[in-house]
Amino acid sequence: MYKDFDQNKIPVKNDFSSEGYLDMELLRFTTAGSVDDGKSTLIGRLLYDSKSIFEDQYEAIRASSEKRGEGYVNLALLTDGLRAEREQGITIDVAYRYFATPKRKFIIADTPGHIQYTRNMVTGASTANVAIILIDARKGVIEQTKRHTYIASLLRIPHLIICINKMDLVEFQATVFEKIRKDYEAFAGRLEGNDRHFIPISALKGDNVVDVSQNMNWYKGPTLLTMLEEIPISDDYQKGSARFPVQYVIRPMNEAYHDFRSYAGRISGGTFSKGEEVRVLPSGLKTKIKAVFLGEEELEKAFSPMSISIVLEDDIDISRGDIIVKAEEPMVVTQELDVMLCWMAEKKLELQGKYLLRHASREVRCVIKEIKYKVNISTLENEPENKTVGLNDIARVVIKTTAPLFIDSYSQNRITGSFILIDEGTNITVGAGMIS
Amino acid sequence: MNASRNALQTTTLVDAIQELKFDAAIGGARRDEEKARAKERFFSHRDEFSQWDPKNQRPELWNLLNGRKSLGEHFRVFPISNWTEMDVWQYILSEKIPIPSIYFTHERDCFVRDGVIYAHSPFVQLKPNEKIEKRTVRFRTIGDMSCTGAVTSEASTLEEVINEVASTRVTERGSRIDDKRSEAAMEDRKKAGYF
Repeated sequence: MYKDFDQNKIPVKNDFSSEGYLDMELLRFTTAGSVDDGKSTLIGRLLYDSKSIFEDQYEAIRASSEKRGEGYVNLALLTDGLRAEREQGITIDVAYRYFATPKRKFIIADTPGHIQYTRNMVTGASTANVAIILIDARKGVIEQTKRHTYIASLLRIPHLIICINKMDLVEFQATVFEKIRKDYEAFAGRLEGNDRHFIPISALKGDNVVDVSQNMNWYKGPTLLTMLEEIPISDDYQKGSARFPVQYVIRPMNEAYHDFRSYAGRISGGTFSKGEEVRVLPSGLKTKIKAVFLGEEELEKAFSPMSISIVLEDDIDISRGDIIVKAEEPMVVTQELDVMLCWMAEKKLELQGKYLLRHASREVRCVIKEIKYKVNISTLENEPENKTVGLNDIARVVIKTTAPLFIDSYSQNRITGSFILIDEGTNITVGAGMIS
Repeated sequence: MNASRNALQTTTLVDAIQELKFDAAIGGARRDEEKARAKERFFSHRDEFSQWDPKNQRPELWNLLNGRKSLGEHFRVFPISNWTEMDVWQYILSEKIPIPSIYFTHERDCFVRDGVIYAHSPFVQLKPNEKIEKRTVRFRTIGDMSCTGAVTSEASTLEEVINEVASTRVTERGSRIDDKRSEAAMEDRKKAGYF
């Protein structure tokens, strides 16, 4: 599979520095696709060229590949962690892989490309900053490309990097690249939620993955790794309204902290600073931030996605489930939600069915009032007549909750605009929703 | 001679959880450690027998973790799932956390078997042609004495350990013999109730 993937040549890191390590940004990206697209080759290439494949890992998969009678070292085995996956030669779940360069830390959420693993893609995409969409240069845009793009758009992954792979098999021609780019924009142009970047690559040969290609002088853009290192991520978190769902009330009531009370949680948008005026929901009461703590360290300012605790000036009754916001950045309060839902369970969605809805740090009962349409994820068309929502289906649904919720639309905030549905009888997570 | 003590560990763990009726047991397992752990959730659901069923785990989207369970069931929780080995060492360095000396270089009676440096102990019987020799080693990962290999090292400070970890060519658990017993060794142990 890899011609130059020689065990004796596994590069060794020798430029490591601890300085600033803990402050490094973390980028999460998804990769979806089938074995044939060369996705595993691409991931293997990223890990290999960034010196993140270990000798014993390589040895283990080499031994595995040999045992299975494959003529090459199958890098897919790096991510196929479960026996069933290796036996069937497919990836069942989301596989997480980690690597770092001196500039950034990365988490890869790798998922299968088949339509029956839509829920895995949705899961991996939910926290991703970037989606890598892989296209085989010989095939161009296919159904799978559109489906993956749709999911990335639905989940509002901020940046898409479209890698047109196997350029070596089309003689590295610029015309092939341009045509595919045009075809892609033709269908993706109407989807929103992200920006798109195109890179011509050869994962097998290494062109433009980590090293600049010597075969495509017509391409003036960055390599994939450079793009991953430089694409801005903090903006995605920090712009937007300030949102702080309270998870826990800290009240030590001991000698050292007798009257101390703070509200702990993870900032889900924007920033919070000492002295700022805030409003607590649902009570609506206003107060000021007295202090912001990261552990025991006091900060002037904290931003998404930090986990902190906030001390307020006034003694207001606040509990888990409440949300602290800025007065001039209100949240919508409602008991009726118009949502896009991805169904995750075998048992079908029931119209008028009752479920538990978990949103931020609150849980309320809800009922499915209406199924507006199902999305045909192969054609990307809405089907209003189709009301059967089963495993891996995506549908537009209206939900009524038994208690009011403070929400944002998913396009404004991926945390306060999302929720999961839980089946009370089985306790399993049956649906993932995004508020329109 | 080739027995693993994992079966002993798991039984005790499972019994303790059942007896003390824990809702959750928090562990330090990380996804980058091992291929079955790479598939784990933050909240790993376990049935009444502590069994891990990879097909029965809940999807975890955004920050939403579903910790609902029936009587007798519990969760294994892994808060540092997304931390890498390097992250852990950097955190130890930054927070000045004291750690056992076994992680740093020391002299020890060892023997080598199948390329692995074992600590000489009453728990492992030597084979006829195996010799005890003094070596300068440290342990990169701590498992049961009967099945954890040491690495040759002179690293005596955290900074030196970190440099070693940064430039190493072998994974952290590379010396954990119990992971190597079969391709699905960890997966099978988890199904029987291990972390």
